[in-house]
This record gives sequence, structure tokens and C-alpha cells, in this order.
Amino acid sequence: MSTILLGAVAYDPKVVTIWDGFRVFFAKHGLDFDYVLFSNYERQVLAHLSGHVHVAWNSPLAWLQTERAAKACGRRAEAIAMRDTDCDLTSVVVARSETIRTLADLRGKRVAVGAKDSPQATLIPLEYFAAAGLVPGRDFEVVYNDVLVGKHGDHIGGERDAARALAAGTVDAACLLDANHLAFSRDGTLPASSRTVAQTRPYDHCNFTVLDDAPRDLIGRFRELLFSMHYDDAEVRPLMDLEGLKAWRNGRTEGYADLAASIDRFGTIVPFLEHAASEISSARP
Amino acid sequence: MTEPSPPRLDLEALGIDRGGDLLVRRALRGIAPGTDLRIAGSHPDLLIHLRVLCRAAGHEVRVKDDEIVVRRGTAVDAPRRGAVRAGKADPRSADAVVDAPSPRWGLAARGALVEAGAPAFHRPLSSKDEIWADDAAHLYAQAAANQWDPATAIPWAMPFELPDEVEDAVVQIMTYLIENETAALLVPARFVAQIHPHFREVMQLLAIQAADEARHIEVFTRRALLRRKELGLSTAGGQASLQTLVDEPDFALASFLLSVLGEGTFLSLLWFLHEHAPDPVTRDVVRLAAQDEARHVSFGLAHLGRHLSVEPSLFGRLALAVERRHDTLRNTAGLNQEVWDGLVLLAAGSFRPSDIARGHDAVLALSQEMEDKRARRLERLGFEGAQARALSQLHTKNFM
Repeated sequence: MSTILLGAVAYDPKVVTIWDGFRVFFAKHGLDFDYVLFSNYERQVLAHLSGHVHVAWNSPLAWLQTERAAKACGRRAEAIAMRDTDCDLTSVVVARSETIRTLADLRGKRVAVGAKDSPQATLIPLEYFAAAGLVPGRDFEVVYNDVLVGKHGDHIGGERDAARALAAGTVDAACLLDANHLAFSRDGTLPASSRTVAQTRPYDHCNFTVLDDAPRDLIGRFRELLFSMHYDDAEVRPLMDLEGLKAWRNGRTEGYADLAASIDRFGTIVPFLEHAASEISSARP
Repeated sequence: MTEPSPPRLDLEALGIDRGGDLLVRRALRGIAPGTDLRIAGSHPDLLIHLRVLCRAAGHEVRVKDDEIVVRRGTAVDAPRRGAVRAGKADPRSADAVVDAPSPRWGLAARGALVEAGAPAFHRPLSSKDEIWADDAAHLYAQAAANQWDPATAIPWAMPFELPDEVEDAVVQIMTYLIENETAALLVPARFVAQIHPHFREVMQLLAIQAADEARHIEVFTRRALLRRKELGLSTAGGQASLQTLVDEPDFALASFLLSVLGEGTFLSLLWFLHEHAPDPVTRDVVRLAAQDEARHVSFGLAHLGRHLSVEPSLFGRLALAVERRHDTLRNTAGLNQEVWDGLVLLAAGSFRPSDIARGHDAVLALSQEMEDKRARRLERLGFEGAQARALSQLHTKNFM
């Protein structure tokens, strides 16, 4: 049987431990699985579209990049699986001053966000502001915390810097993933005086993406084995803990609607799609 | 008939970020998977944080009639499902100490409930037959109770005057004792890292044995430097003897050579020094060291006695170890001549020929006592009389 090759982004050293663990798990069940790490999602998406990997572990933004770039050349992308913990995330806008109680109170103020390509800490919250009538950069100042751009906010550093800026008083509000808001409240990064001003609608996070030319049998077996992982199984539990899930779910794409609206509004991935189109056309024989 | 409403937890103003999660977990432990818990509270971020908490733990959250309801998932119980009890904490309970503890019990306390799937810790010494002694707990308790403080247990400041040559002899003997105690520290220290922690009492006993030797090294060094700026001579023959001890990779053999034969022999030497010590400091440092060494010998005899009772072929291996060591050391000088002379002088008390003759006889008697007691210990382990005596005679002339 041939090898199924997965692409993943190395946002943290634990990524090696995770995919090495999956490699052992799949091998034990007769599936020859290997992985390639990329330093950024854009490179991974291009490699995927160029046929270098069969399946990509994609951020929500990388999913949309893949889906749109594929569509532009008449192809189709599919989200085949995701973690239970990828479903129904929210982001919050946190402030400190007593005078800031709604989004409208942030007009003319400074708002810290995560890295410019972070769906959870930047793109979705900014869409939320815009939909509420506050145009980023015009009605309020956006303070980016560009830690490891290209990793789509997978690294927590940008959000921590945003929370620290709020604590230091250099910004009036910060945008954070709900889970990071809890983490920063617990560890004291956020002062006890901070308050949640707004919360976005639920949205979804990562997924395993395949393109329409992926080898069906291999992908079918890959998916089947993923869904055979049970948290009760002591052998796979440490792997699931590392990857942060209790169960795999079917892929769904409705949860990317707000992110899609955001990139449409701000034109976030237009340059990437243009670049992808030229790369892919020049790669053709 | 209406269904009883689910239990309700009121967090009042407490946030999930400040301990509310603990109360939620506690309440969820009290209900069955698939059933609901109602949660009330006035913290402004309660619902946001509860959703985060439950998403990560595999519970479902919904808001029903303005009330937060959590449906308990099954994942939180997973670590306990398939977990096993790693023996029992109290070594006196039946089946407390198992014969072959799982490598996956790792560093878990004996008696703990160990989650399945933990990494395996491969400890070379993980068979009860090899290392266990039934009175290990008792010996450890005794060792812990008898720890002494080198700073206060010895009358360092007590005045005394010794002739230069007697002081030289004391310094030479201390120099010799230090290197021997260093070997006696390194051997248990090496094996303690190889023991499966399931055999907790043995692990503790070896650790405290190493700590005993650390203290001995300290007090012997301090006594040597009490009146002198430099230590005495360390001989190649003495080190060659100790090297065979430190390099022995087998726990049973190393323990036999060190504790039963070496430290057993040292017991006689230390009590001899106590009897003939020319000053109060020397008298006390060797007395305190001898008390500790007696425990080390007891443990060696206890675990080897048990091991021999379940594996009689060990008798042959132990005998071979003594013979092999004897052959290795056959062409070395044995005991440092200056140590021997020092012992004679201390027993003599002066350089008068009649006193030296008495001192010499005392050291010969010491050698004979060492040999007799070694043979008796070998007989206690189960060696028959003639073999015990023969093996005792093959023991290193360096004493340790």
C-alpha cells in the first residue's frame, strides 16, 4: 500500500511529538502514514494544491485559502474531519475602563488584536466590529501583535501580548479566543478589573482538508482510523490529549462563514490567491 | 408524574477562573454521564468560561429557559477506567509488594491507582526476589531515627594533644577510611537509580545508606584536617580493591561484596579504632560510623538471605564473585602498609618495643576477628562451614 502524506504547520515543538505519535498509531493499523512540516500555512496550502501532500491539517484561514484557490482552478476542497474542540469557539472583546461597556464605546480607541492572520484574535473579531458599524482603522485604531505571522494565530504569543497591552493600559481593549481569555484570567495576565464587552458568534477552527484528486482509498482508511480513536483507549489518549480533543468529528464548513465574511470584507487573502494562481499555473507542465 | 429536575449548583459570584471549575467538576462527579447539572451564578463571564471548560472536557452546555445546563460527558472518567492499583502502600498488607511490578507503574507511589497508557520506565532492578527484604521498612525507620548531625554529635572543640607520629597515623587512617566510604556511597547510589520505585523501602534504605556514607566522608575528612593541613597516602592497591567493588554491575554480587563482606569487616575495624582511639574526636567519629555500618550489613544479610532462599543458584554466583575478586587482586599490594602500621601504633600507644608487640598482636587479633565474623555472616546466609571459612579467607586484604 502506498504512503499517505500529511502536511502540518510547525507552530510548536510538540507538533513533532503529535505527528510522530500518529505515525506509530497508523502504522500499527497497517496504514503507511508520513508527514511534512511547513513553517507557515501559505506554503502548506501551495504544496497541497501542487500535489505534494494528500491531506493538510489546516487552520480555518488555510481552509478558506485552499477552498478558494482550488475553486479558481476548477477543483474542489473537502473538510473530512475535525476535533470536537474545533467546534463552536467564540472570541471576546475585553476592556478595563468603566466607561467602555459596549463596542460603540470603543470608537476612537485603541484595540489590540493578535497576529494579522489570526482568525480567532483578529479576523473574526474585526469582522464583528465592522458588522456592528465600526470600521477598523477608521473608527478605532487596530494594534496588531504580530507574533509568528504565517501560523494563523496557532501560537498563543500574539494574544498574550494583546492581553498584556490591555493590562499595561497601552490599549483600551483586546480581542481574545474565549479559551485564552479563561487562561489569561486564571494566570493573572489579565487584571481582575477587566471586563468582557462583547462575544462573537460561535465559529469553527481546524480541519483535515483534502482535494478532489486525493487517493480515495488512502483517505478513506485515514478517516476510518481517525474515527476509531477512542478517548477510553489508554494507548491513544496521550496523543488525543496532546492534540487537544476528546473525539473526532465529521468536517463541517458552515462554521467558517464569519471568517469568510471577514476576508471578503478586508480582502485579506486576495494577494495570496493571486500568488497561488501564478505559482500553480507556472508549475503546470 | 413529572421528572425530577436535575441537581443545581449555585456558584454565586465565583468565576470559573478563580476556582469555580473545581466546584463544577465536583458537582459533575456526583451525577451520571449523560445526565444534566443546572448551574447558576452571577459572574459576568460564567457562560463564556463554562463553555470553554466543558468543550475541553467533553461535556455539553446549553441554555434552557435562561438557565445554564451541562450534560456530563464520559471522557473525564477515562483516566480511571482501566487504571490499576499498584500494590498496596503498607508493606505488611497481603499482596502489597508484587513480584514483578509493571514498568508502566513508573514513579507512581506503591498503592496508587495508576492510569493506563503511562510511559514505561524500564528499571533494571524490578524483581522482588532480587532486592526485597521483609524488614526493609523497619531498617529504614531505624536509619531515619538514628541520623546524627556531624556538627553537633562530635566534640570537635574538645582539647587534646597527640604526639606528631600518632596524629600522622590518625590522618593516614582517616585518609584510608574516606576512600573506602566513597566506594560505599557510590555503590548504593548507583543501584538506587536502577530500582523500581515499587520497592519503596529498599529505595529509601539505599538512599539513606548513601547519605550515611556522605556523613562519614565528612567527619573523617574533618577529623583528618583537625590538626593537619594535608591528608595521607592513597595507595594503588587500595584503589584497585575498591575498583572491583565499584565496577561490579550485579546488585546481588555488589551488595554481597560491599555490605556483607566489606562493611561487615569494617565494623570490626571501626570498633577496634573506637577502642584504641587516641583522642575523643576520633573515638566518636568511628563510633557513629560503626552504628550506621551495622544497619548496612543487616540489610545486605536480609535481602541476600531472602534472595538465596528463592534462588539457591545464587550461592554459586556469590562464591565465584569472591574468588574472581581474589584472583583480580592477587598481585596487588593489599592493605596500605602505612594504615597497618598506624593501626599497630594506635593499639600500642607508644613506640616502646613491648608496646609495639602488644599493638601488633592486637591488629593480628583484629584480622582474625574480621575473618571469623565474615565466616559467621556467610554461614548465616546459608553457606556451609568449610566453604564459609574458605571464602572469608579470600576476602580482600584491603578490608573493604
